[in-house]
Amino acid sequence: MNTRTDRITPRHAGFWSDLTSVALRALRLASRDLEAIIPGMAVPLFFLIVNIGSLQSFVEGNLPPGFDFKGFQLPVSVIFAVTGISRAGSLVVDVQDGYFDRLLLTPVSRTTLLIGLMIADLAVVIVMTIPVLILGFIIGVGFETGILGMLVFILIGAAWGIAFTGFPYAIALRTGNPTAVNNAFLLFFPFAFLTTAYVPKDQLTGWLSVAANFNPTTYLLEGMRTLILQGWDSTAILQAFLSSGIVAMVSFTLAFTALRGRVRRK
Amino acid sequence: MTTTASAIEARGLVRRFGDKEAVAGIDITVASGEIFGFLGPNGAGKSTTVRMLTTLLSPSDGTASVAGFNIDTEADDVRLRIGVALQDAALDPKQTGRELLDMQGRLYGLPKDVRLRRVDELLQLVNIGGSIDDRIATYSGGMKRRLDLAAALVHQPEVLFLDEPTTGLDPTSRAAVWEEVRYLNEQLGITIFLTTQYLEEADELADRVGIIARGKIVAEGTPDELKRSIGADVIIAKVGSGDGSRAAQVLAALSDLDSVEVSGDQLVIATAHGASAISPVAVTLANNSIKVSELTLRTPTLDDVFLHTTGSRMDANEEEAVTA
Repeated sequence: MNTRTDRITPRHAGFWSDLTSVALRALRLASRDLEAIIPGMAVPLFFLIVNIGSLQSFVEGNLPPGFDFKGFQLPVSVIFAVTGISRAGSLVVDVQDGYFDRLLLTPVSRTTLLIGLMIADLAVVIVMTIPVLILGFIIGVGFETGILGMLVFILIGAAWGIAFTGFPYAIALRTGNPTAVNNAFLLFFPFAFLTTAYVPKDQLTGWLSVAANFNPTTYLLEGMRTLILQGWDSTAILQAFLSSGIVAMVSFTLAFTALRGRVRRK
Repeated sequence: MTTTASAIEARGLVRRFGDKEAVAGIDITVASGEIFGFLGPNGAGKSTTVRMLTTLLSPSDGTASVAGFNIDTEADDVRLRIGVALQDAALDPKQTGRELLDMQGRLYGLPKDVRLRRVDELLQLVNIGGSIDDRIATYSGGMKRRLDLAAALVHQPEVLFLDEPTTGLDPTSRAAVWEEVRYLNEQLGITIFLTTQYLEEADELADRVGIIARGKIVAEGTPDELKRSIGADVIIAKVGSGDGSRAAQVLAALSDLDSVEVSGDQLVIATAHGASAISPVAVTLANNSIKVSELTLRTPTLDDVFLHTTGSRMDANEEEAVTA
């Protein structure tokens, strides 16, 4: 029963190898955690159908002829699909089960413990957009910018999804509390509703119009809608990526600060 | 393997949590190739010491080096050279045993062929047969502990920290771990720092033992040295409830006795000549109307050493609770 072997020499695997190891594990576990992912897929499909069913006639009736509410709504559903998707819940479990300590006992690069999870999240959020897109095609939504535009559309959605993951990771690492992580989605509510989720920007009035101007989701949705409804508009697309970038700067700062606190040997 | 005179060296190691001093300035020297048993009851400071030496916690004060590297300033170098099985098996229930071991190997930079070989070799230790490809969530407690130990060994560490490695294991699994610990030490030259609350385990495995109580090392030496330090023989006298102190007083007059300790309703009498001292002890107690229900002569155990140095026995109930 002995572990007889020639001597081996452990060494630092290096940043990229560590990143691959952490990301592959996270992806493997995500594929085994479908019960956490499937509801996340169903909700945006439900909202797409319900929103179109209940609001299409009303919105289109109050706007100039030719306004495509289905194409207008598709980005909202995609954003709902990709927001809050993260491995933060499993990170909390790792902390609670002691597996996070086991990782810290190895020479693994500490930052890869978070970046690796985010890479897995990127794959998952891309997968999450697919059912929404398929439903969109079924109900007649098309892309003015073609397949390339659709790919850019997916990228914008994925960039937003990843930008938002910083919040649940920050909460997971700071609190180690699964309930707090689950509630991180509440942070999305102001982003989701103080914006042009249901009507175009020029239809918003008063304080909601002001709030929408400062809400990065407004620019995100505009960039995505342009790809569906109008064609290539580099300014709108750039602003969409930029809005995700600003959110990412805030959320990643919080997340990596929390990681530093968690791995500090206090 | 790096050869250093001392695999572990700690000087004045302190760890405070708020006002509480969990480790209160300990000095430890563990020679390369040694099995060092760190013995103490729950809450004595064993795990905190291990967490500092394995770089999970910074010391509040003092210094330490492991495998020749400073735990504070060269933590990454320490991590490359140590293996750790913490008190609670630190596993990921959604991975399979094989995936977990492979991941460990990856993080230590082992090439794929070496990882495959190591996993196969460690399967013998883990001894969970076909379950290695099942998710860890389906494993029994004993299987998890064995897998945790295997994970600590994937990269063949120079220094292995085992924090109560057999707590919760059945006797067969415990014996298997003991055999592996001996093999790792004798054949591969791995230095082993073993914390335990099982006296028998420390006695059986350790070249030297440090006894820790309330954050301080109260005795250190080989098991034989420690046991000899309290006398060649020990007489255990079980007396009536409340008679312990009076019995100790009357026995103090006997010249052949080295020490008399009271632990509950037991007297632990250390003497260099047990065979000749037992009769005077019995007579003296009887003459003073102290009823003795049991009188036993035996060689000292580490528990006797613990009693001698701390004034109390390691909590037997606590041990039983953990074992169950």
